[in-house]
Amino acid sequence: MSNITLKVNGRTHTLDIDPSTPLLYILRNDLGLQGPHFGCGLGQCGACTVIIKGAAVRSCITPTSAVRGSEITTLEGLAQDGKLHPVQQAWIDEQVPQCGFCQNGQIMNAKVLLDRNPNPTDAEVREWMDRTLCRCMTYYSIQAAIKRAAKVIAAARPAAGKEVVA
Amino acid sequence: MTAFTNIPKQVEEVMEKWNGKTSRRNFLKGSGLLVVSFSAGAMGGASLLSSSASAQGPAVAQAAGPYPDPDFKQLDSWIVIHADSTATFYVGKTDGGQGTGTAFRQMMSEELDIAFDKTSLIMGATDITVDQGGSGGSDAIEVDGWPMRRVAAEARRVLLELASARFGAPVDQLVVSEGVISVKADPAKKASYGELIGGKRFNITLTGNNINATTGVAKLKAVQEHKIVGQSPQRYDIPAKVDGSLKWAVDAKAPGMVHARNVRPPVAGAKLVSIDESSVRGIPGFIKVVSKGNYVAVVCEREEQAIRASRQLKVNWQKPATPSFPTSENLFEYMRTATPTSVVQSRTQTPDVMGNPDAALASAAKVVEAEYDFPFQGHTAFGPAHAMADPSDGQMTIWSNDMKAYGLRTGVAEFLGMPRDRVRVIWQEGPQLYGRTAADDAGFEAAYLAKEIGRPVRVQWMRHEETAWDVKGPAFAFNLRGGLDAQGNVVALEYKARTADYNHIGYNEPNTVLIAQLMGRRPKGPAPGGAANPAELYVIPNRRRTSEVVAMPLVWESPLRVGNLRDPNGPQITFAAESFFDELAAAAKADPVEFRLRHLTASTDDGEEFLRARSIAVVKAAAAAYGWDNRPSPKPLGTGKILTGRGFSYCYRSETLVAEIAEVEVNRETGHVWVKRLVCAHDCGLVINPEGLRRVIQGNLLHGLSRVLHEEVQFDTEKVTSVDWLTHPTLTHADAPARIDIVLVNGDPNPNRPDLPPYGAGEAACKPTGAAVANAIFDATGVRIRRAPLRAKRVLEALQAARV
Repeated sequence: MSNITLKVNGRTHTLDIDPSTPLLYILRNDLGLQGPHFGCGLGQCGACTVIIKGAAVRSCITPTSAVRGSEITTLEGLAQDGKLHPVQQAWIDEQVPQCGFCQNGQIMNAKVLLDRNPNPTDAEVREWMDRTLCRCMTYYSIQAAIKRAAKVIAAARPAAGKEVVA
Repeated sequence: MTAFTNIPKQVEEVMEKWNGKTSRRNFLKGSGLLVVSFSAGAMGGASLLSSSASAQGPAVAQAAGPYPDPDFKQLDSWIVIHADSTATFYVGKTDGGQGTGTAFRQMMSEELDIAFDKTSLIMGATDITVDQGGSGGSDAIEVDGWPMRRVAAEARRVLLELASARFGAPVDQLVVSEGVISVKADPAKKASYGELIGGKRFNITLTGNNINATTGVAKLKAVQEHKIVGQSPQRYDIPAKVDGSLKWAVDAKAPGMVHARNVRPPVAGAKLVSIDESSVRGIPGFIKVVSKGNYVAVVCEREEQAIRASRQLKVNWQKPATPSFPTSENLFEYMRTATPTSVVQSRTQTPDVMGNPDAALASAAKVVEAEYDFPFQGHTAFGPAHAMADPSDGQMTIWSNDMKAYGLRTGVAEFLGMPRDRVRVIWQEGPQLYGRTAADDAGFEAAYLAKEIGRPVRVQWMRHEETAWDVKGPAFAFNLRGGLDAQGNVVALEYKARTADYNHIGYNEPNTVLIAQLMGRRPKGPAPGGAANPAELYVIPNRRRTSEVVAMPLVWESPLRVGNLRDPNGPQITFAAESFFDELAAAAKADPVEFRLRHLTASTDDGEEFLRARSIAVVKAAAAAYGWDNRPSPKPLGTGKILTGRGFSYCYRSETLVAEIAEVEVNRETGHVWVKRLVCAHDCGLVINPEGLRRVIQGNLLHGLSRVLHEEVQFDTEKVTSVDWLTHPTLTHADAPARIDIVLVNGDPNPNRPDLPPYGAGEAACKPTGAAVANAIFDATGVRIRRAPLRAKRVLEALQAARV
């Protein structure tokens, strides 16, 4: 056990833990952040995804010691000033989830995709999202929601001004 | 008792709103609305059963545990009207993510005549919601919706009576609008539901011999009067699922809670010889190794410690002397040569033998024969099994995503030898169910370990454990023969199916869940298993249908334990039956849709006219939505790398009709199949929430697609070898069709046929997808692939063998 300092959703926490513990268990059990889910523990499904330094990171295979000091964002940290992120709102508008258990991974990966590529093609969406699994098979709705969110984000960006072709 | 820290948010809110001092259970108890039942065994064998009926006498009440059953014959058990004119509905169901909770609220709001957004819903908490059995069989709307509607209509009737007395006006002189009753002639005289009864009990006794028959005396609204049913309010559960605020069953916590992980036998049928506890004693937070029979678990203070201990624990196992099963490659040969354990009795209305199939086949102008194979497939739930149990104060509370929470409660009580009224289950959302959580292995394990440890215990299966040891959909091997006359009409059809469905496990049975099997508990004998016939209504004068069950060599403690996986035989049977019907169409050089319609419209007097007429309607609707052009399959072989084709398939499930079309691209160099477009025409009678229904159908279509393209349980002779998402692959984003068209034949919301009741929609559309895809591959390539899944390797080998 040793002290580790984590920055999550803008808050700083110092924890006395085994530093090799996967970040997922620290988030869920010690910090009460249960947006990220356990799906496989193997980095194969994406349920546990968090965002670190702009990258979608699978917290189930990430030792906590590897992210000390980094700013970590979980699903609970996406909303700003009580307003949902456009990706989250698109998920509601498209009524994406069935059971919803995987949707943390879908939303977090979609958010990173649109941060990096604000106007992805269908092929780019498929490729980027391909390793984020859903057993209710909501892929079609997810892809529609990503396109919807891309439009909303583009419309809100002052410099953009151009209509996004989905 | 432990202060429960994880009551579902919506339950907590309702309890606070309802009464700051009195719990829901105390409310029901105060009015004698709880039915107390006893387990004679747990009460020392004393025969209390004869005096049990209700908690009236003080002696009986003293003996009662804390969680008696809510009485479904009391209106107050179903509906509470609050002082602010909002209402809470309590139903004995669970929502597996298909939006049934929203549909329940719509149906009950409709009959109560209250705005949808003034209502809330509690499901699946066994001590405060009546027992409707939880989820299963696509019956949420079709069966369980009826008592919900009737009790809501009864509540409206009582409220009208109260208003009548208050205003001195007869009921027929009153009008109701969104929870406010006014006098027609004098609209200033009005009272809200809250003013009439808010916070008070209805004290109305309902009738009905069972919960499905529960009713008052009020009549239901005619479909033409519906204002909320048939609309598409957004699902109330979705916002909390996208902002991270929902408390799922995986999130359950209680003070003092510890973490457990199972240690499974390394090969099927292995016997525990010894455990070297010293191998894990040094792990920080280690509490205990718990074992009984062949069941082994480790318990630690923290989750990561339990994971480490489960990996590190040294256990000496003895392998069985003989193979537990054939390899997955040899499965179908084994199934075809094994001696059947039973012949399945048909449950369909039509007889299994019609006419003289042998004579008709012997004299047919053309005979087509084929073998089809469909493998074991896992549920492979996205989140492995999990539950948390709190054993404090001689009671047991289990937080679970068990779709049949009520069955879990009864099963655990029997498993642990506790009175039922000391056990409760609080259902919370979880990963998709589809039958997996009808046998809630983790719920039983958590309760057992909690009792052993004396502290709240959370059990979480790991991925390899879930994928290897979950409940499997049974494999099928089919032998089919069909005869055509000179005009290309099917004159004979012989269907023989064998299914590896022996020892099909039941719902939360205390002697068939995995922990019970591993501990050596056994029911009197294995369940015989079952099957179904192809669900089509083609008019064929000579038929024979036979289904036989075969057993694997290892019957108990097997990772190939079979149970209900969405439908649970339809995807397998429809893959074979509707692929083969396409083979017959091709042999007759007929268009697949025209061929089907020809055999649906032929003359017969089998009494299935209505279902057949609706079958014809969905077949035509799917063809129209796709833009189907009439021609036989296969089409002339293309010259490029990508070959395209379209395939058709149809079936029914109970009273729900489905027709589907798949359009595929087949890469002739790699064998990769992409289903570019799916069309589904769907008739499930009255639609409660069209947008919700469309998404349920979409999930069904793609689940069927995943099963036919990717999924297969693989095993050697001693263990399952497909244990994660690489070895048991599933559909991915790259597989998603570019376009999905869903036609609700019954309309939005059914303006043309108000006579139809609602039927189930949770499973039907997953059945025909596999055959539609296989038929499309045949159309594109001229190659018929008769074994699922249609992975690229298998498709490529078939193309190469046919020199495509």
